[in-house]
Amino acid sequence: MLTGHQSWVFTRPPVIIATATVVGPDEGKGPMQSEFDVVHDELTIGQPSWEKAERRILEESTQLALDKAGLTSGQVQFFVGGDLMNQIISASFAARTLNIPYIGIFGACSTSMQGLALSACMIDAGAAETILCGTCSHNCTAEKQFRYPTEYGSQKPPTAQFTVTGAGSAVLAKSGKGPIVTAATIGRIVDMGITDPFNMGAAMAPAAVDTMQAHFRDLNRGPSDYDVIMTGDLGAVGYAIAIELMRKHHIPIHETTYVDGGLMIYDRDKQTVQAGGSGCGCSAVITYGHFIRRLNQGELKRILVVATGALLSPLSYQQGESIPCIAHAVTIEAGGVVD
Amino acid sequence: MANNMKKFTKVQQEYQKMAKHIEPKRPVWKNCFFAFVVGGFICLLGQGIMEMFERWFGFTDQTSGDPTVAVLILLSVILTSMGVYDKIAQWAGAGTAVPVTGFANSMCSAAIEHRSEGLVLGVGGNMFKLAGSVIVFGTVAAFVVGICHLIYDWVV
Repeated sequence: MLTGHQSWVFTRPPVIIATATVVGPDEGKGPMQSEFDVVHDELTIGQPSWEKAERRILEESTQLALDKAGLTSGQVQFFVGGDLMNQIISASFAARTLNIPYIGIFGACSTSMQGLALSACMIDAGAAETILCGTCSHNCTAEKQFRYPTEYGSQKPPTAQFTVTGAGSAVLAKSGKGPIVTAATIGRIVDMGITDPFNMGAAMAPAAVDTMQAHFRDLNRGPSDYDVIMTGDLGAVGYAIAIELMRKHHIPIHETTYVDGGLMIYDRDKQTVQAGGSGCGCSAVITYGHFIRRLNQGELKRILVVATGALLSPLSYQQGESIPCIAHAVTIEAGGVVD
Repeated sequence: MANNMKKFTKVQQEYQKMAKHIEPKRPVWKNCFFAFVVGGFICLLGQGIMEMFERWFGFTDQTSGDPTVAVLILLSVILTSMGVYDKIAQWAGAGTAVPVTGFANSMCSAAIEHRSEGLVLGVGGNMFKLAGSVIVFGTVAAFVVGICHLIYDWVV
């Protein structure tokens, strides 16, 4: 279990037996469009408010993940979920619909891997046999809560990022068929004093590099041990800074394929998304859609997903506070059948 | 900024310098150009509407201002409601923010956004969320200018 300072290596690695992704129209127009289970044409998802729309996509993705796993909600012990909204209303209200014992978590955009790591840890420890974990974000709820009204005409700087409308869920089990979660590293808060909420990439990049460094140190591994390393949602600015930071810290990142979810989800030349995608849904839909498929098809053997989160609130940055950031890393390996 | 930098450690300051170097800069000249063109176009449109009121509806150059502003506000609200105004604003910048259309957009967008929280606490309470400070500081500035004007009249 506990390996090194802040990592877990699972002795009985839990299996991701099913995943499901639901996204909005902009993600459906991006290069990853064929990787998602459901693509909605309308941002409203047929709901009367943005908040209900966000909750709805999480409900859809969790239900679809359960259906794919061939399980009913009664057969799952816990639902581990979170989102970006105040008091994590999307996950909590979806848990009300699911009627599964619920653990609400908040790690901003790192929630996807925070949830996966905690769920895997619980299953490995024997605290559960099957866990559903999921997260979601919606462009308009994030705009409304963290920035300006969605229709307000403000000019975004090129460092700004576009919150992904999407939800990703996974069903983890003690045994079954699918990719396995073998290790996780829980990150610490890193705050380099960035105060601009329109520059999340620069704020989060040091946290991502810190967690990666801790992961490699604790597990005595290097980038070459992974086929792909993905950061959650650093975007173009954060990605470039992360590479620069790794060069400074002598992490040989060129030995692997290093990608960023925020750069993968949109076509930045054709879509007005500034530096790229962000939000809880970003790393969740890319991991549970794109990467799980490639692991299942045998294209990849071992990946590291480093989901990054900016733990700010609209209040904290208005009061001039800098942005504390965090990143959690999870190792997923092609599994097969685990008894 | 210099005051801000004091509270950061050396490592943080070094990082911020490095990050600043990598970040793409705001395209200030391009933004200025589009703001000038779009802002100018909105003013031209306003002038056109004003002429129209004067020529065909019997307004004078003292009275044609009010209906012109009303028409511009209406156009802005329609574009905001159709979800177009924010798209134009991304490249027009200050060009759409400074004229009266920008003020209408800030109120309309807030009203639409908070409609789900009800008419009183939602629409009524949030409509001036962005526009409120414009009114407050506009009024304060007008008051100060008014006092100055009064003093000038006394003295001269």
